[in-house]
Amino acid sequence: MKLYCLSGHPTLPCNVLKFKSTTIMLDCGLDITSALHFLPLPLVHSQRLSKLPGWVSKDGMINLEKELKECAGRVFVDSLPEFCLPEKELLDLSTVDVILISNYHCMMALPYITEHTGFTGTVYATEPTLQIGRLLMEEFVNFMERVPKAQSATCWKSKEIQRLLPGPLKDAQEVWAWKRCYSMQEVNSALSKVQLVGYSQKVELFGAVQVTPLSSGYSLGSSNWIIQSHYEKVSYVSGSSLLTTHPQPMDQSSLKNSDVLILTGLTQIPTANPDGMLGEFCSNLAMTIRAGGNVLVPCHSSGVIYDLLECLYQFMDSANLGTAPFYFISPVANSSLEFSQIFAEWLCQNKQSKVYLPEPPFPHAELVQTNKLKHYPSIHGDFSSEFRQPCVVFTGHPSLRFGDVVHFMELWGKSSLNTIIFTEPDFAYLDALAPYQPLAMKCVYCPIDTRLNFHQVSKLLKEVQPLHVVCPEQYTQPPPSQSHRSDLMLELQPPPMAYRRCSVLGLPFRRRYERIQILPELAKSLVPSEIKPGVSVATVSAVLHSKDNKHVLQPVPKPAPAPPTKKRKRVQEEPPERLGPKPLLSGAVPLEPFLATLHKQNKWCSMLPQMRVRVSCKEIYGTKCSN
Amino acid sequence: MLDCGMHMGYNDDRRFPDFSYITQNGRLTEFLDCVIISHFHLDHCGALPYMSEMVGYDGPIYMTHPTKAICPILLEDFRKITVDKRGETNFFTSQMIKDCMKKVVPINLHQTVQVDDELEIKAYYAGHVLGAAMVQIKVGAESVVYTGDYNMTPDRHLGAAWIDKCRPDILISESTYATTIRDSKRCRERDFLKKVHESVERGGKVLIPVFALGRAQELCILLETFWERMNLKAPIYFSTGLTEKANHYYKLFITWTNQKIRKTFVQRNMFEFKHIKAFDRAYADNPGPMVVFATPGMLHAGQSLQIFKKWAGNEKNMVIMPGYCVQGTVGHKILNGQKKLEMEGRATLEVKLQVEYMSFSAHADAKGIMQLIRMAEPRNILLVHGEAKKMEFLKDKIEQEFSISCFMPANGETTTVETNPSVPVDISLNLLKREMALGGPLPDPKKPRTMHGTLIMKDNSLRLVSGDQALKELGLSEHQLRFTCRVQLQDAHSDADTLTRIYTHLKSVLKAYTIQHLPDGTVMVESIVIKVSSTAEEPNVKVILLSWSYQDEELGSFLSTLLKKGLPAAL
Repeated sequence: MKLYCLSGHPTLPCNVLKFKSTTIMLDCGLDITSALHFLPLPLVHSQRLSKLPGWVSKDGMINLEKELKECAGRVFVDSLPEFCLPEKELLDLSTVDVILISNYHCMMALPYITEHTGFTGTVYATEPTLQIGRLLMEEFVNFMERVPKAQSATCWKSKEIQRLLPGPLKDAQEVWAWKRCYSMQEVNSALSKVQLVGYSQKVELFGAVQVTPLSSGYSLGSSNWIIQSHYEKVSYVSGSSLLTTHPQPMDQSSLKNSDVLILTGLTQIPTANPDGMLGEFCSNLAMTIRAGGNVLVPCHSSGVIYDLLECLYQFMDSANLGTAPFYFISPVANSSLEFSQIFAEWLCQNKQSKVYLPEPPFPHAELVQTNKLKHYPSIHGDFSSEFRQPCVVFTGHPSLRFGDVVHFMELWGKSSLNTIIFTEPDFAYLDALAPYQPLAMKCVYCPIDTRLNFHQVSKLLKEVQPLHVVCPEQYTQPPPSQSHRSDLMLELQPPPMAYRRCSVLGLPFRRRYERIQILPELAKSLVPSEIKPGVSVATVSAVLHSKDNKHVLQPVPKPAPAPPTKKRKRVQEEPPERLGPKPLLSGAVPLEPFLATLHKQNKWCSMLPQMRVRVSCKEIYGTKCSN
Repeated sequence: MLDCGMHMGYNDDRRFPDFSYITQNGRLTEFLDCVIISHFHLDHCGALPYMSEMVGYDGPIYMTHPTKAICPILLEDFRKITVDKRGETNFFTSQMIKDCMKKVVPINLHQTVQVDDELEIKAYYAGHVLGAAMVQIKVGAESVVYTGDYNMTPDRHLGAAWIDKCRPDILISESTYATTIRDSKRCRERDFLKKVHESVERGGKVLIPVFALGRAQELCILLETFWERMNLKAPIYFSTGLTEKANHYYKLFITWTNQKIRKTFVQRNMFEFKHIKAFDRAYADNPGPMVVFATPGMLHAGQSLQIFKKWAGNEKNMVIMPGYCVQGTVGHKILNGQKKLEMEGRATLEVKLQVEYMSFSAHADAKGIMQLIRMAEPRNILLVHGEAKKMEFLKDKIEQEFSISCFMPANGETTTVETNPSVPVDISLNLLKREMALGGPLPDPKKPRTMHGTLIMKDNSLRLVSGDQALKELGLSEHQLRFTCRVQLQDAHSDADTLTRIYTHLKSVLKAYTIQHLPDGTVMVESIVIKVSSTAEEPNVKVILLSWSYQDEELGSFLSTLLKKGLPAAL
């Protein structure tokens, strides 16, 4: 059993597990942080961004004016953003049988894999994961396609040149594997390969392996996976949460007794407490609004935004926000709000019981109904005429490189009345802000990451007791910025097996047994005898029948009686078929009956003086005698 | 326990199941592992609070989320009609319904629920009403599928029932329409719309008695789209209360509806009706045409009966019964052509309005039932939820077409079905791999290979291992069994020549075996030793000594038989 690690990003994993003749890809994350090296894509023509100076090396030897621009003291690539794909060369991806998706953030690389590697298998995901994943991909494609940029920069990627570039571009990894966004057509084709599964549904793969998604508590429809045969169990834990937010709570008990537990998707901000951050978010928001400023919240279109809106719904009246409207701007804003209301089965108990009333599970339905929250597909169209300030705007993309958020950065960045509040943990906020510097606007960083922290994970592991743990290498040492915090890493006995991009791990497994079915007719013919107290033994002679990785033992067919032909004598001269080995002879010999039988046989034998039976060992099994 | 319904046609003790069949002494908890409710219709869940709270059951009750949401509302409604309107006592209370619902564990489609160590259940989509499910019940290798009510043809708001080829030992299927093969749904819909349209055109009022959930939404979608297309102005009303709420349920459980509605719900929610408005009692006397959906569906009580009484006298009006009516209800009477109805207080009601019956019940017809059988490939079938005569017909048909046994037990009857499960065993991977390698890539049906192993039964585990391994594990030594046999032969040669002759003979007969002529005066066929000796008195009488181990029994016996016949003269 082997694990191929195709992604180096611990929260956007992509691993391939080879287990019992199946090849299973676990998640398909796309590392979008590469976008931070690119210039923002403005929706409206921007004077500032179009007049940036090109980059020429200090000695003037390298001139990449067209590809690289200097902006706010940094160098950015002037091209459509590109993203870091999972490794494609480590193994032949056309041999992947299935892809298991754990949550909608971890499937963004799916079209690259399913459409361009010869993949012919099936993708398994829950319904919310598929639907919301589709929305996020649709938004992603839309963000890219509505601001077409012909230029594609490649010269800077050459090793000799990249070496000479200023940081952080110099240190960018795997730049040749970076690819542009896919098209909507590729998204549709990729998602047509998805087969829906429900929590605790047992899915058989080729009769050899059973996979089961379990609730992971992180987002709508998010799941951990159990991959098991009758004797071996691998748990794949990705993006799990023990906090009570909107999704169904995490199923921990089913992870017990794993031989191997693959652990990914821990919190990216282990030092921040999500509840505290939520409070800070609300108070900063209220302060800005009361002072007459605008609040910009760059966020993903699904997930934490539902909790933010719910929090604001409860907080609004007491915080004295007046009539300041909330705007949610995204090509999929409406769909995201609508879809969140129809997944009752996937929600926490609290929200489920609301649906039984029947009431919408999330209070943003009421915010929309009372016009406090308005949603628009983009800043163009209705929004421009209905827009009132001060206001709160939720919009994407959190990298600040594309999407409607770019426009608001240009619009509001100059005024110190306004505030930008970062809630998504995926991007370093200073890097995200780099091309907009200098900024007058206030910046507040309250990252809300509900995924497991190190304390929770060590408690979880103590509870479920896996024999071995596999995790990204980042989890085996404290984060580089806080190297003294030895509590921000996994300390386990035995130590976890760490992986990095392109690692191939042999998992410590010894398969010893396989399940086989004994047909009832055969089972009835078996004669067990008790060898020791509590231990019985029966010799089995049977025909093995293997089909679709299922094994069945059938009774040995009785040889058809020889047809009474004239050639019968000749038939007898045929040498016997070579049969398999005989059952082994062992056990105590019932001496009395054996001697009696022998005596009888001897009488019979004495009539044929040329034949004699000789017993040539101390113990004898049975009473068989030669003819 | 599969479903816990009530009989609509009775108002006495007979309306609830007779739980004394399970036990005479009260509480049911220790006799039932779990209760499974397939959908929210009262003939499937109406006795639930009675069973759990009055008879006594504290174990888990499984149902899907929509069923869990809607079931208590229908139960409460049923309770109100029985207790508040009819004044019955000794009936379950609102609190009992609440307590009963606390025992409910919601399940999702395709989720495998482990009820206890052995019993697991799994729900499949049944399509009959919102949240209707079929259940697979499994213990080890044996399984039963219970269909509840199901529909094999997708309609305007629900999808078709589906199950995988799970090959259950028993399929328990409903058989409401055991003998009917319905014409195409499109024709029925066209018929329905034509009748409503004609009636409205000539200024008549149309009453459609429905149950609040289920067909009501289907017909609303049908009329809504028709009104929009034809630009009709006559008002459509929906009797208030339950039904508005009902539409909310459909909106929130949109994942349970059909593909088309699910795909378009963000743009246009099919359950937000433009033309259909809430009904007020006063509207019934308004002049001019109108269409009213009113509950309940069998005209046995409530608003639909009230409106019916008002409109029955006018031949311009029409009542359309879209579903099945139980014997004893007004609906059943007028469908049978009764023109004078006896009402409470000796008044008689003359029925002049047109009465139409149109089956929109979402049950599988005979074709659908056969289709499900083909899907699931059960080993036995058990028919329930239908009329005995019709079942008989279907039973014959099933037995003919699938040649599997079909049962149709009456109430109180017990059916015993023999199953024949195979025994799961752990086989050592070494043994399995060796056998599979020896067997070659493709099995040869003419020459099946026999494999040998030893089954070790210990502490409830069954393991099949190779003989050597079993001996090693159990600390036993192996016995050696050897057979030795002497054959006398007349042969006028020297001993050495005779041996050579035997060697040559065997060479020609046993082509597939290794035969060696060893310098120490023996011939070895595989592991069988052959020696020749003679006495000085009779040098031509050769004694051939054969010796073989138990492993070579067949070959050894063959050789001794062969040599007894003597050597061919040609050698």
